[in-house]
Amino acid sequence: MSYTIEGRTGTWEIVVGLEVHAQIISHSKLFSGAATTFGSDPNTQVSLVDAAFPGMLPVLNHECVAQAIRTGLGLKAQINLHSRFDRKNYFYADLPQGYQISQFEHPIVGKGAISIELQNGDVREIGITRLHIEQDAGKLLHDQDPTKSFVDLNRSGVALMEIVSEPDIREPEEAGAYLRKLRQILRYLGTCDGNMEEGSMRADVNVSVRKAGEDFRTRCEIKNVNSIRFVMQAIEVEAARQVEIWENGGEVDQETRLFDPGRGETRTMRSKEDAHDYRYFPDPDLLPLVLEQAWVDELAANLPELPDDKRARFQAEYGIAFYDAGVLVAEQAVADYYEAVARGRDGKLAATWVMGELFAALNRTSNTIETSPVSAAALGKMLDLIADKTINGKIAKEVFEDMVETGESPEAIVEKKGLRQVTDTGAIDAAIAAVLAKHPDKLEEYRSGKDKLFGFFVGQVMKETKGKANPAMVNDALKAQLDA
Amino acid sequence: MLTGLTLTQARAGLAARKFSARELAQAHLDAITRLNPGLNAYITVLPEADVLASADAADARYAAGTAGIMDGLPIGVKDLFCTKGVRTTAASKMLADFVPPYESTVTANLLGAGAVFLGKTNLDEFAMGSANMSSAFGPTTNPWKRKGDDTTALVPGGSSGGSSAAVAAGLALAATGTDTGGSIRQPAAYCGIVGLKPTYGRCSRWGTIAFASSLDQAGPMTRSVADAGLMLEAMAGFDAKDSTSSNRAVPAFHKAVGKSVKGLRVGIPAEYRAPGLPADVLAMWEQGIAWLKAAGCEVVDVSLPHTRYGLTTYYIIAPAECSSNLARYDGIRFGMRKDAPSLDGVYEATRAAGFGQEVRNRILMGTYVLSAGYYDAYYLKAQKVRTLIKRDFEQAFETVDVLLTPTAPSAAFAQGENMDDPVQMYLNDIFTVPASMAGVPALSVPVGLNETGLPLGLQVIGRHFDEETVLSIGGALEAAAGFTHIPSVHAGAGA
Repeated sequence: MSYTIEGRTGTWEIVVGLEVHAQIISHSKLFSGAATTFGSDPNTQVSLVDAAFPGMLPVLNHECVAQAIRTGLGLKAQINLHSRFDRKNYFYADLPQGYQISQFEHPIVGKGAISIELQNGDVREIGITRLHIEQDAGKLLHDQDPTKSFVDLNRSGVALMEIVSEPDIREPEEAGAYLRKLRQILRYLGTCDGNMEEGSMRADVNVSVRKAGEDFRTRCEIKNVNSIRFVMQAIEVEAARQVEIWENGGEVDQETRLFDPGRGETRTMRSKEDAHDYRYFPDPDLLPLVLEQAWVDELAANLPELPDDKRARFQAEYGIAFYDAGVLVAEQAVADYYEAVARGRDGKLAATWVMGELFAALNRTSNTIETSPVSAAALGKMLDLIADKTINGKIAKEVFEDMVETGESPEAIVEKKGLRQVTDTGAIDAAIAAVLAKHPDKLEEYRSGKDKLFGFFVGQVMKETKGKANPAMVNDALKAQLDA
Repeated sequence: MLTGLTLTQARAGLAARKFSARELAQAHLDAITRLNPGLNAYITVLPEADVLASADAADARYAAGTAGIMDGLPIGVKDLFCTKGVRTTAASKMLADFVPPYESTVTANLLGAGAVFLGKTNLDEFAMGSANMSSAFGPTTNPWKRKGDDTTALVPGGSSGGSSAAVAAGLALAATGTDTGGSIRQPAAYCGIVGLKPTYGRCSRWGTIAFASSLDQAGPMTRSVADAGLMLEAMAGFDAKDSTSSNRAVPAFHKAVGKSVKGLRVGIPAEYRAPGLPADVLAMWEQGIAWLKAAGCEVVDVSLPHTRYGLTTYYIIAPAECSSNLARYDGIRFGMRKDAPSLDGVYEATRAAGFGQEVRNRILMGTYVLSAGYYDAYYLKAQKVRTLIKRDFEQAFETVDVLLTPTAPSAAFAQGENMDDPVQMYLNDIFTVPASMAGVPALSVPVGLNETGLPLGLQVIGRHFDEETVLSIGGALEAAAGFTHIPSVHAGAGA
């Protein structure tokens, strides 16, 4: 346990479980045909069902069910062939029906796990308790009028997956790693875009503290934290608050709290006494959700390659290191780019270029992999030019910079700038002769035993050839001449 | 007498061009003008020009030979079905000014079959009641009077009391109803007409204002059993917009009437012989048994042991669902709104002003039985009992084809009676609720008058999706009973 809080009465560890609400990528809402596009004008994506007009009935969107199953499969979780929709009853202006349709007792996905990797390289398994499908609520706008609140129902009825972890998390860093890994899996699966700024992924954080060996103590739930950084901060400050209470002889109350990133503190949102009684009961408008194993199998067969599998394959197939493979599969688009460069080429060299020059160039030019000025095909072509000795590694960097600037092909740049590698032994010998003639003193020193000067001579010869000489040939020829 | 026809007779008359749909509609509009102020069977009567325009369109289809099965037939629509552009109130202040921008599936089906809508009929508020006394638009009066007592106003039953009174009094050839625990069958019995609650899932619930979703089912209220079959054909059918709607084919129901019932096995459930059942009801039941025996049916005693829990269970499940279904009436998006300084204040003020006492009672009961700590004892247990009730029926239908019972434990009672004791009021549903809980089809057929001159009905209950056998048996009862009585308030009387 690397993260602990040292209190006056001893050492405390933290216990964290996360409930993540992930908006399902689908064309229409969970129970209506209305569209789900983000950022549309208020109340333009609202059907009579979403606005809960009298006599309106929900009809389950099977596209959303497929997405939830895919996610469950991606989390290596049990898919429940029988599940059920329940109503969660409460009044709020953003909830037109007066209830949210959710899955309470019988979720579509049961136990699973996510394996996370920490900074120090440790790998841990975090258990998934369940995943269920539910409707999102609408949005209240309080800043449009001095006395009125406005209601936007575009989001009302949009499909969410609530993904609940076991209380397995023991460090803020683990919470961050869990969320990043979950987001990565969702993005690979194409079931949620994982965009926390737009609210398509939100986290409720359950935090408690305890001393080693104890049972769980009372937890607090911090609602709707909307960035990974804030989740980690919220855990730290909430855990510290709870330790303070316990150590002062108090009791932590089970309650719902809000994280205020500006003040770096959590605040009470709802105490236990004010907690809603949601009066869950099976939604009589919907039949139990019964899945056919054959459909689940078909979805499983067509599942995209998941990040952990891809990482293992990259290691095996391209001979790259575990760490590098992890970097390259972090985002699917990067993995695809890398693979396009590496396929049929030197995988390690491809990794070095993608993670080195390419990432630096993207950073510098404020581009993403999707908007990269250098295509995977072009970078691959450049690696071919290195492989067939048309250019050497050093010249390649120059060519690459030119590719970033101009978008031209590596061949064109090599031709235009005359960067073709010098492999003519005569020319190399001539350059060596010129260098040796210029530095008789250094030659003397070398020959009297200072063989470290070899590197100096290589550098001078490369300079003489404007970097275009084949470094291996320079090495050989130079060695021959110096030791002659 | 155009207002005294059955659908079947009127359809034949229109097809033979003996009279026009316009004449038929006009006769009904006139009857409504004359009698509705007294009966209060309609909450909203459609503008005469609109009704006549629909009738003219029907006449044109008859002329063109493209008439549908309900073409030109003027009917009433219970004011629980949303009708596009026509105010739909659910007999509640909450929706007093609500004009839906959509047409319910059932009424759209009827319009598609050519029916002419006369107006929206009265009901208990949100279909919660057995006497039509809880309507925010005032009670409907039963067109029947006790023998020798023209002054005592009787209830038409409920919740589809406006529909039953309108059909009985000649203010519509037929009407739609909805039945949650007896809301079609009991008012049909009280008003001397036929009422059919189809199998749950037979008619789409889309666009019908929900009371208790797992029980609500639309059905026809008519003057003959054949009419009920005909009208159900027009109303029923799979609807992708209702997940609980059945995709079974809709048979030609009306053809089931008149089919021989010889050899069919009729079960008489022992548990329905409730202690204290009035002698006139019991006698009518015995009479029905005798008629069916005479028609060649085999009568068998059966047991539905969980029947006695039916009503209690119903009054847990139906309020539980209603407490959630009616949460949407919050004053925010449509219907009544009472402003207040806070959101909770808007909810409280709106719902206090918008809902009547009976609706509030049921919302409170439903909220209670779903609450933490009570859910298992009430709602969950009720669901288990419901399963047992369903099993009772399934077991009975292994040995019999239909069940025969009284529809209600009494004839129509007076307005104001049973009002101080809700439990007494709820007992009216004792014979109708079990079939609702089981989701099986059930029909009420008027079979005679009691000694005070009021109609009594018998109930035929059948297997899931076997409305046809129910209608055949109903037809046999109808033929044997030869019920031709009309109420003292009737469009044809004294006009």
